[in-house]
Amino acid sequence: MARRLNIGAVRSSFAPWADPAAVPLARFEGVTKRFGDAVAVAGVSLDIYEREFFALLGPSGCGKTTLMRLLAGFETPDAGRVLLGGQDLAGVPPHRRPVNMMFQSYALFPHLNVFDNVAFGLRQDAMPKAEIRARVEEMLEMVQMASLARRRPDQLSGGQRQRVALARAIARRPRMLLLDEPMAALDKKLREETQFELKELQARLGLTFLIVTHDQEEAMTVADRIAVMRDGAIEQVATPAEIYEAPASRYVADFLGDVNLFEARVDRVEPGAAQVRLASAECPAGFTALDDDAPAPATQVWLAVRPEKMTIALEPPPPGTPNVLEGQVWDIGYTGDWTTYLVDLAEDRTIRVARANASRLVDRPIGREDKVWVSFAPDAGVVLTR
Amino acid sequence: MGHRSWLAAIPPYAWLLVFFLFPFVLVAKLSVSHTVLAIPPYAPTLDLSRGAAGVRDFIGGLSGDTYRRLGQDHLYLAAYLSSLKVAAISTALLLLVGYPMAYGMARASPRSRTLLLMAVILPFWTSFLIRVYAWIAILKPEGLLNLVLSWLHFGPVEILNTPTAVYIGVVYSYLPFMVLPLYAALEKLDPTLLEAAADLGATPWRAFWRVTFPLSRPGVAAGSLLCFIPIVGEFVIPDLLGGPQSLMIGRTIWTEFFANRDWPSASAVAIVLLATLTLPILAYQHQQARALEGRR
Ligand SMILES: Nc1ncnc2c1ncn2[C@@H]1O[C@H](COP(=O)(O)OP(=O)(O)O)[C@@H](O)[C@H]1O
Ligand SMILES: [Mg+2]
Repeated sequence: MARRLNIGAVRSSFAPWADPAAVPLARFEGVTKRFGDAVAVAGVSLDIYEREFFALLGPSGCGKTTLMRLLAGFETPDAGRVLLGGQDLAGVPPHRRPVNMMFQSYALFPHLNVFDNVAFGLRQDAMPKAEIRARVEEMLEMVQMASLARRRPDQLSGGQRQRVALARAIARRPRMLLLDEPMAALDKKLREETQFELKELQARLGLTFLIVTHDQEEAMTVADRIAVMRDGAIEQVATPAEIYEAPASRYVADFLGDVNLFEARVDRVEPGAAQVRLASAECPAGFTALDDDAPAPATQVWLAVRPEKMTIALEPPPPGTPNVLEGQVWDIGYTGDWTTYLVDLAEDRTIRVARANASRLVDRPIGREDKVWVSFAPDAGVVLTR
Repeated sequence: MGHRSWLAAIPPYAWLLVFFLFPFVLVAKLSVSHTVLAIPPYAPTLDLSRGAAGVRDFIGGLSGDTYRRLGQDHLYLAAYLSSLKVAAISTALLLLVGYPMAYGMARASPRSRTLLLMAVILPFWTSFLIRVYAWIAILKPEGLLNLVLSWLHFGPVEILNTPTAVYIGVVYSYLPFMVLPLYAALEKLDPTLLEAAADLGATPWRAFWRVTFPLSRPGVAAGSLLCFIPIVGEFVIPDLLGGPQSLMIGRTIWTEFFANRDWPSASAVAIVLLATLTLPILAYQHQQARALEGRR
C-alpha cells in the first residue's frame, strides 16, 4: 500500500488513535448486519475515541446509518460486538444506552413545543423540575432558539428544527452524540455555517461526535477522522488530510475530490531514494513516484494524481523533467478561484488539471484546442494497488 | 362565489332538505300534537283547503303537553340516563378492545395489514340482524358458550337477556367504527418518533403514553363519538339480547310508536334524544374539521 512520508506534520496534537495505550470510547468488533439476503454492514471493526469528531462517509446505501443504529441500539448485530466504554452493549435496550442520536428527519415530537421537545429526555430521568428548566433554557440559548421555546415544530423553519433536534440530543449530556446526516436538509450556505458551529460546539462541550454523511466536503470540514465506507465495509480510516493525500484505494481517491488515475506496472524500485519507476502505456517515458513501501516489480498498480498537483504549460518542460504528458486542451472550466483544464491525452482519454487563479488576468494564456504539456512532481502521485 | 359553484352547491342542500330537514320538521310537528283514536292517530292536521282559518286552527291545536308529560314521568328520564350510561360504558369497552387491535394492525407488515383490515370489515357484508341473532345462538342457556363451558367442566352461565349480553352485542357490532379511525391515526404515526423517544431514555411503556397515545388522540375522539352517538339510540341490540327489562331510549320510542300508538310522545322522546346528542355531535364535527385542516 502506498504511504506518503510527510503527513505527520499536518496532524494536530490531538491524536488518541495513534496512541497504542489509548482506550476507545466506542468499539465495533467484526460487526455484521444483514437484512434478509442483503448485507448492510459487513465485518466492520472500528475504534472511536473520547472527544473525537468521527465521520462515517460513503455513498447512499453503503450502510452508514445502519452502523450508527447498531450503536444506538435500534439494530442488533448478526455477528460481532459493539462496545461502549469497554462494556458489551448486547442486550442493552436503546433507552438504557448513554448515547443520543439526532435523526436525519429530526424526529421532533409534533405534539410538543420546542421546550417540551428538549425537556423530553430530561423528564425520563428523575431530574428536579427547576433543574430541567435551567438545562433546557441553557440548551436553547446555546442553539439560539430561546425566543421560540413555545413554538410547535410545524411552526419552525428547517434550520430551526435542526437546532431543536440538536439541543434535544445534547440535553442529556450523552457520552456520545450520533448525528445522521444532520445537515442534509439545509441549503448550502446554512450548511457551511452549521458545520463550523457544530465543530465549535463539540470542542466546547468536550463531547464525542459520530456523524454520518455522504458529503465529502462536510466530512473533511468537521471531522478529526473519517471512515470511508463501501458496500457495508470500511475502505479506509484516517484523518481528512491522510484520506485526501494518501488514499488507500482508487475508490477512496475517487470518492474524495477529483483524481486522475493512470494504469501502470511497477518497473523498478529504488529503495535508497524511496522511489519507484512505473511503466505505463500512457507515458512512454514512464512515471516516477515517491514511495517508501512500493510493491514488487511487475505488480499492476494505479498512479493517482490530483488535478491541482499538476502543472500545465504551452511550452515543453526542460529535458529530464519527470512525469510529462502531452495533450490538447478540450475544455476549460472557470469557477473564479480555480480554472480546470480538461486535457485530451489520446482518443477517449481525458485528464483534469486545475490551477489556482493567483493573478487577475482576465485573458488566460491557455485556450481551447491549444497543445499543452502537463507535468507533475514525483511526490504528487500516489501508487495504489487496488 | 361564482355562478357555477353556486349551482354545484344545490345538490347537497337539496339532499339535506329532502332527507334530513323535511323528516325532522315532520317529527318536530308530531311532537307538539296530541293523540286521537283515528287514522292518522294524532291531531291537529293541517287542512289547507280551508285556507287561513285552517292554518289558524292547526297552529291553535299545537301544544307542548307531550313535553310536559315527558318531564313528569321519571321513567323517561331513567331511560335516557340508562341509555347514556350504556353508551358511555360501551364506548369505554370499545376503546379497551379496539385500541390494541388498531395498534397491532398499524404495526403489522403491509401484507398482514390488508388481511387484518379485511377481517375487521368483512362482517359488514352479512346482515346486521343475522349477526345479532348469531349471538343469541351463542349466549342462550343451551347455546354454544355453555356447551363449551360444560366441556371444560364449568357451570352454565346465564348471559342472554342481561346487560352483559347488551354490552357484548354492542361492542361486537360497533368495533369497526372504533378500530378504523384509531387505525387511521396510528398508521400515520412515524415510527422514528418512537425511536427518538427510546433514544431519549423513555421505556416502551412511557413512549406509548408520551408519544403514541397523544398523537392518536384524534382517532380516539373520532372513534369514541362515532360509537357513542348511535349507541345512545340503539334499539335492535338491547331488544334482541337485553330481554324485556332492558331500559333504553330506543326501545321507549319503539314502544310509544307501535305498542301505545302514541306518535306525539314517541316524537317528543326522539326530539329530546336529538337535543341530548347535539353536544357530542357538534364535538365530532369540530374534531373532523380540525383533522381535515391538519391534513392540509
Ligand atoms: N430496516 C431495513 N430493512 C431492510 N433493508 C434495510 C433496512 N435498513 C437498511 N437497509 C438496507 O441496508 C443498506 C444500508 O442502508 P443504510 O445503512 O441506511 O445506508 P446509508 O445510511 O449509508 O445510506 C441499504 O441497502 C438499505 O436498503
Ligand atoms: Mg442514511
